[in-house]
Amino acid sequence: MTEIRLETIRKAYGDVEVIHGVDLEVRSGEFVVFVGPSGCGKSTLLRIIAGLEDITSGSLKIDGTEVNHVTAADRGLSMVFQSYALYPHMTVYKNMAFGLENSRMPKAEIDARVREAAAMLQITDYLNRRPKALSGGQRQRVAIGRAIVREPRAFLFDEPLSNLDAELRVTMRKELAALHAKIGGTMIYVTHDQIEAMTLADRIVVLQKGRIEQVGKPLELYNRPQNLFVAGFIGSPRMNLIETTVTEGPALVSGAARIALPPGAPVTPGASVTAGFRPEHLDIVEGDGDIAVTVTFAEQLGGETYLYCAAEGLPQITVHRPGQLPVEKGQALSLRLDRKQLHLFDADGQVLANGLANG
Amino acid sequence: MADATAQSRPGVLAMLTARRGRGKLHWTDVFSYIYLGLGVLLMFGPVIWLALSSFKTPAGLVEFPPTLLPLGQISVPVEGYDDPLLLFSVTTETGETRELAQIRRIGIVRQMVDPAAPDERIDVPIDAAEPIREFDMAWENYTDPLQRFDFTRYLWNSVVVTVVATAITLLINSMAAYGLAIYDFRGRNGIMLLVIGTLMIPITVILVPVYLVVTQMGLVNSLWAVILPGAATPTGVFLLRQYMLTIPRDLIEAARMDKASEWAIYWKVVMPLAMPALAVLAIFSVMWRWNDFLWPLIVLNRSEVYTLQVGLNAFQGELNVQWHYILAMTVVTLIPVVVVFAFLQRFITTGIAASGMK
Repeated sequence: MTEIRLETIRKAYGDVEVIHGVDLEVRSGEFVVFVGPSGCGKSTLLRIIAGLEDITSGSLKIDGTEVNHVTAADRGLSMVFQSYALYPHMTVYKNMAFGLENSRMPKAEIDARVREAAAMLQITDYLNRRPKALSGGQRQRVAIGRAIVREPRAFLFDEPLSNLDAELRVTMRKELAALHAKIGGTMIYVTHDQIEAMTLADRIVVLQKGRIEQVGKPLELYNRPQNLFVAGFIGSPRMNLIETTVTEGPALVSGAARIALPPGAPVTPGASVTAGFRPEHLDIVEGDGDIAVTVTFAEQLGGETYLYCAAEGLPQITVHRPGQLPVEKGQALSLRLDRKQLHLFDADGQVLANGLANG
Repeated sequence: MADATAQSRPGVLAMLTARRGRGKLHWTDVFSYIYLGLGVLLMFGPVIWLALSSFKTPAGLVEFPPTLLPLGQISVPVEGYDDPLLLFSVTTETGETRELAQIRRIGIVRQMVDPAAPDERIDVPIDAAEPIREFDMAWENYTDPLQRFDFTRYLWNSVVVTVVATAITLLINSMAAYGLAIYDFRGRNGIMLLVIGTLMIPITVILVPVYLVVTQMGLVNSLWAVILPGAATPTGVFLLRQYMLTIPRDLIEAARMDKASEWAIYWKVVMPLAMPALAVLAIFSVMWRWNDFLWPLIVLNRSEVYTLQVGLNAFQGELNVQWHYILAMTVVTLIPVVVVFAFLQRFITTGIAASGMK
């Protein structure tokens, strides 16, 4: 069981700083997912932990020992690469045994470990094949197997599923979750896919431009985003965000939207506030609602319905309702927001409130 | 499955007689065949002439008009003469043709004798006698140098130089290439430029200094004098480095995570993956070393350390050139290169295509 602690880690390439002081604690046995848009520094951060990149300043501790100057080989971590990085000239068996051979382990033990891992990942039949003769999913398993056999202190995954097709990705995602449940090691997983993050993680670390935006359990991020970036990034389809001005009442006004807030809402009249509400937290009402919209596009999926609506002076509003709706393109609707699920952010993008009393 | 592919693939004959249209000979067919035939003649002609001529006797070589095949004139033993006499086909004045042996030639007259009746001498004008020839391979062109002139020793020296030098070349060039491809450090490109820059220096310029160094080290007249100076080639470093740059960095990093030492990464990961480039360099090195003449000629002065190419030169005296031996031994020196080419042709063509070098 391994605990990894990052203390004000900074990383610069020449004059360009890409990681701006990251503090993070990964607890023992935890499955932590780094998520963020491309270029946010999540892979760099993972490579720093792995020892493949030097740390410009700050301190990285594994089980309380600073490892800033310990080489990748001696950190006792293993990593699964996005490209799998299987040695093309070695058989699957050799690929998995390579790391163990380098640590001069007795042959019998190597054999036992490789076969055990192969059985767990159901790749025993392919042990004598070269990676070239394997499908994407099989290669993925071999890459994971290579990480497992070393019995590392922690596993690092760098976008391991991004080269697989959609169906396989779902399967492998479940298998990874099962794997974590089974071997229970500390795992750090990097992805740009928030669904992977939501489904796999014990805790998610949302990164943007080399900074941590928020750390928390998946639903905590979903329900209580601390800033505009997390609010917009987590959730699919994304949260509706509209910029409004606070008027007396208090109420939020912008274009075709007028959202009355309950008294005591943490807003000051005249301030500009961004209101965020998820597509599933919108009700279609008769008569006056909060926003008057026109349906521009409707996706009827049978079990659920997505409506994409235009409103005067507002960006596109997405509505997600369960079941089937008798709505057609061009129809005018009146929408009402669930105040308990309304998120308010100030001009700097920091949260003012995650849910208000029903007013 | 195998049958299907065998049926669908045309045979050699079908390939050699392939035409553009179906059945009819298009003018482009004619043009292509003439063009290709000319190419074959131009490139293969000299080699075939060399191979055939290497079986000719010295007399056969200087004969005019020259013959293509190694034809030797038949000689027969005739009673009363110590040496066998050359046989001619003679057209007599009456128009009949007889086979006569020549005793000697005096001016424009041949003094001849009938092998069946050795007592009678016949004078024949030279243009009435046509030599009778038969296909005759002069194997002694090969056996003599190999047995009498120690050519087996030269062959062995050449093999030693080629094999050892190629092994050393591959090892140190790949190590240099590894350093310049895998590690990222300031000045890497500068060093690479320096290495490539040495390509610009012709060997003749450094001949004297290198010779002095070799002499100081006491290596003259040892095979090491040939092997060592050319072991590190800029071409090889460049070729291998460019290839190693294409090896995904992830693999190197995966190996680092797998606790592989730098030597293990070099030897167990990068070297096997660079095999195509190594094969190309090996072929080049074999060809360079095998055909190398100038440098061995300078540093090898005693005949027991001669390589084949230097040994060949020994047949070329100031006054007398032993063409029959030169031709035969040239064929011998060609054989390994041809074998290497035949088996590794795929690598050579990709190598030339990749590096633009020959």
